[in-house]
Amino acid sequence: MKFWTPLIASTVLGLGVIPVLASAQERIQDTTERKQPLNVWGAQFEEFEYRYSEDDEELGVWDTDFFYGTDNFKARWLSSGEYAIEGRSYEKVENQLVGQIPISKFFDAKAGIRFDTPEGPDRTYAVLGFAGLAPQWFEIDTNFYVSKDGDTSADLDAEYELLLTNYWILTASLDATVAFSEDREIGVGKGLVSTETGLRLSYDLIGRAFSPYVGIVHERKYGSTADFARADGSGTGGWLAVVGARLFF
Amino acid sequence: MKKALFAGAVCLLLPTIGLAGEYNLTVDRVEIDTGDFVKQGIGYNGKSPGPVMRFKEGENVSINVTNNLNETTSIHWHGIILPFDQDGVPGISFPGIAPGETFTYNFPITQAGTYWFHSHSGFQEPDGAYGSIVIEPDGREPFRYDRDYVVQLTDKHPDSSERVMRNLKVMSDYYNREQQTVGEFFSDAAENGLMNTVKDRMAWGDMRMMKADVEDLQGFTGLINGKGPKQNWTGIFEPGERIRLRFINSSAMTYFDIRIPGLNMTVVQADGNNVQPVNVDEFRIGVAETYDVIVRPKDEQAYTIFAESMGRTGYARATLATEKGMEAAVPGLREPARLTMADMGGMTGMSGMNHGGMGKGDMMGSGTMSGMDHGAMKDMDHSAMKDMDQSAMKDMDQSAMKDMAGMDHSKMANMDHGSMMMPEGGASDPFYAQGSGLIPTAANGGKFLSYADLKAQKPLYEEREPTREIELRLTGNMERYIWSINDVKYEDADPIRLKYGERVRFKFVNETMMTHPMHLHGMWSILDVGAGQWNPIKHTVSVQPGTTVYVETEVDAPGQWAFHCHLSYHMAAGMFRKIIVEGGPESNQAGSGEHSDAIGGDA
Repeated sequence: MKFWTPLIASTVLGLGVIPVLASAQERIQDTTERKQPLNVWGAQFEEFEYRYSEDDEELGVWDTDFFYGTDNFKARWLSSGEYAIEGRSYEKVENQLVGQIPISKFFDAKAGIRFDTPEGPDRTYAVLGFAGLAPQWFEIDTNFYVSKDGDTSADLDAEYELLLTNYWILTASLDATVAFSEDREIGVGKGLVSTETGLRLSYDLIGRAFSPYVGIVHERKYGSTADFARADGSGTGGWLAVVGARLFF
Repeated sequence: MKKALFAGAVCLLLPTIGLAGEYNLTVDRVEIDTGDFVKQGIGYNGKSPGPVMRFKEGENVSINVTNNLNETTSIHWHGIILPFDQDGVPGISFPGIAPGETFTYNFPITQAGTYWFHSHSGFQEPDGAYGSIVIEPDGREPFRYDRDYVVQLTDKHPDSSERVMRNLKVMSDYYNREQQTVGEFFSDAAENGLMNTVKDRMAWGDMRMMKADVEDLQGFTGLINGKGPKQNWTGIFEPGERIRLRFINSSAMTYFDIRIPGLNMTVVQADGNNVQPVNVDEFRIGVAETYDVIVRPKDEQAYTIFAESMGRTGYARATLATEKGMEAAVPGLREPARLTMADMGGMTGMSGMNHGGMGKGDMMGSGTMSGMDHGAMKDMDHSAMKDMDQSAMKDMDQSAMKDMAGMDHSKMANMDHGSMMMPEGGASDPFYAQGSGLIPTAANGGKFLSYADLKAQKPLYEEREPTREIELRLTGNMERYIWSINDVKYEDADPIRLKYGERVRFKFVNETMMTHPMHLHGMWSILDVGAGQWNPIKHTVSVQPGTTVYVETEVDAPGQWAFHCHLSYHMAAGMFRKIIVEGGPESNQAGSGEHSDAIGGDA
C-alpha cells in the first residue's frame, strides 16, 4: 500500500504529471511467442535399413516422415522406397504430401496426394488417412487411395513396441495393402495385395534419436497380385534379414 | 514503466517512505558445469545461479538490469508483491528488456522471507536464468537461528530447452526411461498373479496412460546452488548452531523429496510466509515453491542434504559440515514411483472400463497394496476425514471406493487401535488422491510434511467469505503434450477477469495424471487446508493428480498478472492464463481502458 502514497502525493502535487499517468494507462497486449501456436518440426526415419533376401538380393530401404506445424495443423512429407543395390535402381518410391489435423484425443486425419514411381507407369493418388494410438498401445496408420484413373486401394500399418528394458525395444510391425480394383499395369490385383511383417530389436543409443536395430521381415504377395508377379517372373515373397537404425532429428 | 520510474523518483524525494537501495544485475551467456556435463546457459552477473539478492522489508529497491544477450529478456520477482508493471512478464507486465537495454525495476519491499527471481522469457529460466532473494524482516523473526544458507535446487538437462520441448511434443515419453518393461510384467505376475497383471496392463493400455508417467523430463543432474552431486556444495556450521536452510526449487520440471539423514528439520516458512513450526524428517518441494527449515546439528560431523526427485530418477546432493571437504554417506534412490488408478480419478473417458478389474489391478500395483489399506484405514479416523476436501472425496476413484467397501470389516473391528495407528507417517495425505502412487513417505519411516500441516504463523488477511468461486480444471493430453486450463490453451484463451476488492475462491480440479504447481503472480494464494484464518499463504500451490484443491485470493492488486503451471514445458504448452484485475485505486489503468484490447487481443 505504501507504494501508492507517492503516486497520490504526486497527483495532488503536480498537474504536469497527468500526461505521464495517462500514457501508463495503455495496457500491454501479449504478442509474445507464448501467445502464438507452438511450431514443431521433425524428421523421423522409422526405417532406414539394409535388407538381405533369401535369394541373395540386397536392398536399401527407407521410411521417413518430415513434418512441420502446430497442434492444429501439420504438413507432412512421407517418403518410402526400396533401392536395389546390385541393380543400382529404385524398385519402388512412394511420396506423400499430406496435411494433418487432430480429430480425437488420440487420432489425426490426413489428406493429400501420393505420387508413386513403381515398376511400370507412375501413379498419382488422392489420399485420405487416419493415424494415431489405439488402445493397448498399437500405433495405427491407415490410408485410402484413389488413383487418377479411379482405382481404389487402402493400406494399414500397425506397430507395437515391446519394452524388453527401457533401452532394448522389440518392435513388431504389420503393413497390409488391399486393392478394391485391379491395376494390371503396375501388377496390382483386386483383393489383398501384399503384407510385410517385421520384427526388429533396437537399442536406444542416443536418446531416442539414434536407435540401431537388427531384425527380420517377411514379405508376401497374395491372389492375383501374386499371379501377376509370377507371370512377370518376379518373386511373391520371402524372408529378409535387416540391419538399420531408427533416427529422429 | 514511466509511471514506475516516476514513482521511484518520487520515492527518493520522500524520505519518510523508507530506505532506498540500488542494485545491478547483468544478464549474461554463461557456461554451466554440473560435474556430469558442461553446457551453455544464461545467468546473472556472469553466473548461474545468479546472486542472492538481499533486501530489507520497507526498502524501496531500484534494480538496474542490463541485457547482454542477443534476445529479449525479463526478470520476474517470484512471490514478491509489487505493482504489476514491475512484475517482469513480457507481454503482460511490460514489453521485456531488449538486447543491450538496461531496464530499471523500482518497487517497495513490503514483505520478508525467502523468494527467488527468474527470467519469464522463452526458456531462459530452465537455461539457468534464476537467482534467489532473501528479505530481512522489519521486526523480529518468530524463530531463532545462528546462520542461514540459501539452498537453491534445479534440474539441469544436457539437452537445450528448445530441444526438450520439441522432443516432448513429438514423443511425449521421449525422456521416460522408467516405463514398465517385460521384466516388470513377470515380477508383477509372480507377485500378484498372471491374470491380475494382465488385467492391470489392459486397464492402463485401454486408457493409453502410463503408470510410469511421473516425470516428463528424466536424465537431468540435480544441482544445489549450481553444484552437481559430485561437486557437493557444502555449508559450514559450528556444532550446536541453529542453521536456517532456505530451500528454493528453481527446477524446470522436477519435484524433490528432501531429507538430511541424522537431522530433524523444523519447517518455519513456506513460500516466504512464516508457518507454525512443524518438525519433519522429510518434505516434498514443488517446482517454484520455497521452504525454510531450521536444523540443529549437535555433532562435529558431516550431514548429507539429499534431494531425491519425485519419480526417483535423479537427485541433488549437498553437505552440511564443520569444515570443507567433509562428506557423509549419500543414500541410494528409492524404487521409481508408479501412478495408480486413484491418480486417474479425474480423467474423463473412463466410463467404458471394467472398474472391478481395474480395482484389482490397481491394488496389486507395486507397493500400492500397502498404500491402499493402511492409508484407507487411517483416513477413517474422523479428524482426518474432516480435513479432507469434500470434492476430493467425491472425485475419488470408484475402484478405490469399491475396494474400500470390499474390505473385510470384521477383520478391521478385531484390529487393535495401536496397530492401526500408523507408526510410519503412513501412505496417506489429504492432498493426494486416496491410494495415489505419489503419496510420499519418509525414508526413515518418520514424519513427511503435508500441506495439511501448514498453518500460517500470522494471518495476512482477515478471514471472510469468498465473494465467488472460479473453477479451473487443469487439463491436458499427454500423448500430444498439450497442457491447458479448462481444456483451452493460452493461445486460444480469454483472460480471467477479477474485480478489485473481491475474495475469489479458486477450485483447482486436476484432471490430468501429472502434478501441477500453479503460480499466481501479484496476489497471495491462501491454500485451504481446513485451518480457517490459519490457512497458509503461498505463491505456488501443487495440485496432485485426481485431486481438487481450493485456494482463496484477496484481489488487492490492480493490473494484469500471469497465472500458470510452473513446470516450464507445461507452461510453454499452454497451461497459462492472463488475469486482469478490474477496478481499484488505478481503475483507469487496470479496468475500463483495458476492455477493448483484451477482447480483441485475446480472442
